[in-house]
Amino acid sequence: MSFNILMFGVGGQGTVLSSDIVCEVAIESGYDAKKSEIHGMAQRGGSVVSHVRIAKKVYSPVISFGEADIMVSFEYMEFLRYMEYVNSETLLILNTNKIFPPGVLSGKEEYPEKVIKQKLKLFKGVSQIDALKIAQESGNVKVAGMAVVGALAKTLPFEKKVWKNIIESKVPPKTVESNIKAFELGFTL
Amino acid sequence: MRKVLSGNEAIARGAYEAGVKVVSSYPGTPSSEITDFVKRYGEIYCEWAVNEKVALEVAIGASLAGRRSMTCMKHVGLNVAADPLMTLSYTGVNGGLVILVADDPNMFSSQNEQDSRNYARFAKVPLLEPSDSNEAKEFVKKAFEISEKFCTPVIVRSVTRLSHSMSAVDLGERVEVTSKGLENNIPKWVMVPANGRVRHVFVEERLKELQTYNSESDLVVEEIISNEIGIITSGIPYQYVKEALPEASVLKLGMVWPLPLDKIVDFSKKVKKLYVVEELDPIIETELLAKGLKLKKIKRPLTGELSVDAVKKLFGIKVNKYKTTVKELPNRPPNMCPGCSHRGMFYAISKLKLFAAGDIGCYTLGLLPPLSAINSTVCMGASISMAHGIDRASDGEYAKKSVAVIGDSTFFHTGINGLLNSVYNKGCSTVVILDNRTTGMTGHQPNPGTGITIRGEESPRINFELLCRAFGIKNVVTVDPFDVDECIRVLKEETSKEELSVIITNRPCIFADRTVITNPYFIDADKCTGCTACTRLGCPAITWDKKKKIAMIDESLCTGCGLCPKVCRFNAIFQRGVK
Repeated sequence: MSFNILMFGVGGQGTVLSSDIVCEVAIESGYDAKKSEIHGMAQRGGSVVSHVRIAKKVYSPVISFGEADIMVSFEYMEFLRYMEYVNSETLLILNTNKIFPPGVLSGKEEYPEKVIKQKLKLFKGVSQIDALKIAQESGNVKVAGMAVVGALAKTLPFEKKVWKNIIESKVPPKTVESNIKAFELGFTL
Repeated sequence: MRKVLSGNEAIARGAYEAGVKVVSSYPGTPSSEITDFVKRYGEIYCEWAVNEKVALEVAIGASLAGRRSMTCMKHVGLNVAADPLMTLSYTGVNGGLVILVADDPNMFSSQNEQDSRNYARFAKVPLLEPSDSNEAKEFVKKAFEISEKFCTPVIVRSVTRLSHSMSAVDLGERVEVTSKGLENNIPKWVMVPANGRVRHVFVEERLKELQTYNSESDLVVEEIISNEIGIITSGIPYQYVKEALPEASVLKLGMVWPLPLDKIVDFSKKVKKLYVVEELDPIIETELLAKGLKLKKIKRPLTGELSVDAVKKLFGIKVNKYKTTVKELPNRPPNMCPGCSHRGMFYAISKLKLFAAGDIGCYTLGLLPPLSAINSTVCMGASISMAHGIDRASDGEYAKKSVAVIGDSTFFHTGINGLLNSVYNKGCSTVVILDNRTTGMTGHQPNPGTGITIRGEESPRINFELLCRAFGIKNVVTVDPFDVDECIRVLKEETSKEELSVIITNRPCIFADRTVITNPYFIDADKCTGCTACTRLGCPAITWDKKKKIAMIDESLCTGCGLCPKVCRFNAIFQRGVK
């Protein structure tokens, strides 16, 4: 059993922290795992991508084109940037919250709604999740990323208890409760 | 205990376990986090130095005093530290000394793609190259052993894919290394020519001994699987090779300089076809060809990163065809943050159409439209010296329409030397020091202008204005970068002078001082005429409504810096809760 998970979003959404959690859960569950991330020069607002690879033995920390088993898009359009990793079996976990890129904000470019709808058909399965709404229900708008992690956890064979332990150890103490709640809501969607 | 660590975190752990006493570094992506992780270990004295040359010299002093020391930097930082490195190779060490250098193949966040392995050959010192986090930790420890055993500095080379990847690490205990005491040995530590000539002989001998040591050490690992294909590789490329060619035999090198030639010759006899797979420069390949080894040729690119697919292609193995790509998506380029204190000054520079010799850091982002305020970026500190060159080449003419732009940390790094040079050589350029009181782009490390040390203790805060006056510069002006009219007036005035001028801005980075974040602004839709003066600031919080042809402010992003109302001629921008 092995998983190549590609996680991406916009700087500030918690993509990197979420991928750290997935990597640690896998290792805690007895697998080998590696993670590689590229966060650009932007403090926030730039594209961020993390590769997580889980198997009995992992070599390259980077996923090859066409070999993503699961793609996790923390923003509604971002998955379009990574279509070269998709194969006929790829699952997509998609946060439907939109963050408009500068070109769209300034009115020079269009948010690619049509292309999104078209390309969604290429995935074997898509689970769409309104993470912001879940975060609001969890009492903290900043934990939206954890709702996405919850949705991802549902598709992976690791024990919920392990997820919760790792999340508790990684998030700021004051936010443990709201993070766990968002994770649970994402998980039970 | 096993823990999941990034390469950088593992390197810091390695220093801790090796009993390191002193770490002095300058931040630079992808190396910055190492020293930030080191600061968690109270047993280690650590500091941010003003530049890499100084950092290495501090480490040399600590080694001379008998303790294990380390310095961490990115590849371009090693250029700055190259001067002490070359002679440190001759003096050797007392306490073990490790130079951690992180290269950036593919230039995710760098201005060039240099291969630091060349420095090991150049300086005639050993270089180790780990291939995952656990090895990163172990190799740092090993590097200290080698350093002391052979009386040499040791370079440990990381790359972005190691520094910023995570994998499992087996944690060990710290070994307390007792001080060797201050070494008073003039023939070894005073490199006058007579002593230097003797030490050069030592250096050449040391290199031969290291070569033998490497062949016999556990740093080189032979994995014989079949006798068809044999691959010599090291570092991150080892991981790509193992995945792309599981049937190949592999000779994995831990120390890539000097090469374990005996071991390589042995290995070459065990396989029919011998290949070298390495990233960037052909360091290993060139050396083996020079030794007469018969290598099979592969068409390897000399630029960018390798990958599993890239290695497969080199060996004619079919790669997964990917289905689809989407072209022309709206980009998410790096952008200056909402409330960035550089924005107003850049707007003024752009408005006056001044030629700006730029530097390395967040202000490089002023390059992007709509501000488009930067005309050159070469290396840390270059802006001031280049502006002086622009001025002298045109007998002062271009100085009237150009400025040097530099940040506070960059000014302390090497800009200060350039400024001294301009003063001494009677230049008349205009230097703008964008003081935001932190080292922004690498993650807000403090510097001598911040007033705190790496561990948050208070320290003297260098006053730019007094410093420049002490240099003898008469024209020193401090301006509020959010006061655009004032910035324009000062820029006009100072560039027109036939004397050297320094303009200093006085607003902190919103990440360095969150107290500067205030009530957000909003735009009164009835008053907005759609003139686009505010959208030309390039602030991520200012948006444009295409249908209504008016600007709006995303109040969740606005930090209340107050810049946009100053460029709005129609008095349409207001702050919530303020009449």
